Amino acid sequence: MALQRRQKSSPEIPTGSMADIVFLLLVFFLVTTTMNQDKGIGMLLPPQGESKKIQKKNICNIWVNVNGDILINLSDNISISQLRADLERRMVENTNLIVSLKADEETPYNVFIDVLDEVKLSGAERISLASPSE
Amino acid sequence: MNFKKKGGVAQSIPTGSMADITFLLLIFFMVSTVFVRFRVSGIVLPKAEKIEELKKRRHINYLWVSADRKIYIDDKVANIDDVAGIFYNRRVTDPRMIVSVKCDQRAPYGLISKVLEELRKADALRINFAANREG
Repeated sequence: MALQRRQKSSPEIPTGSMADIVFLLLVFFLVTTTMNQDKGIGMLLPPQGESKKIQKKNICNIWVNVNGDILINLSDNISISQLRADLERRMVENTNLIVSLKADEETPYNVFIDVLDEVKLSGAERISLASPSE
Repeated sequence: MNFKKKGGVAQSIPTGSMADITFLLLIFFMVSTVFVRFRVSGIVLPKAEKIEELKKRRHINYLWVSADRKIYIDDKVANIDDVAGIFYNRRVTDPRMIVSVKCDQRAPYGLISKVLEELRKADALRINFAANREG
């Protein structure tokens, strides 16, 4: 009797197409990845019902109207490019300065953000956002 | 004259380790991928310079104000009167909540101020005015 050896099938998993599969997955993740994080200007709102008496000389009122005109303390009309330097000067004069930002009801949001950005860039820590209806 | 053939140099690029390289890349992208959770179309964020990045995504809640004066929470339309209630409940479950206020640059400040007032009512005091980096 002739015992013949059975032909062995190769026990290896074919890995030739592995690279293709992985590339496919890679492309999927490349396309769906969004690197953008949430970012913006951080603020801490005051708790409700909290009202402090603040001396008038420590408040710097900034008014912004619909057209983006800026008025400081109801007297000096300045442009947005001068705002930062002006605030820095005021803060050197008075270290307890609180910046109060009042914008008109119809002021576009980007104008408000531009002004808030300048106020933040000037280094002001104490910023108050007054509501337009007040 | 006798021209001899130059000894042949193997011209194929070894592809054996290709899979390993792509696996490495794949794992990098899988780990770094964050899926955008909510999206409201048509919102153009303003630009600002003094920007900080929000790290803890778990704590971020989104509030959108569109140019046509609609308010969205996450990505559902909401009424201004509901804002305080919804955020109060969220604030109870997550005391470290941050509200990312994503407003269109054409939205009127009056409405946003009202929204902020509602957030104050809900004791949601940590907010972030979403903006893109200038330039």
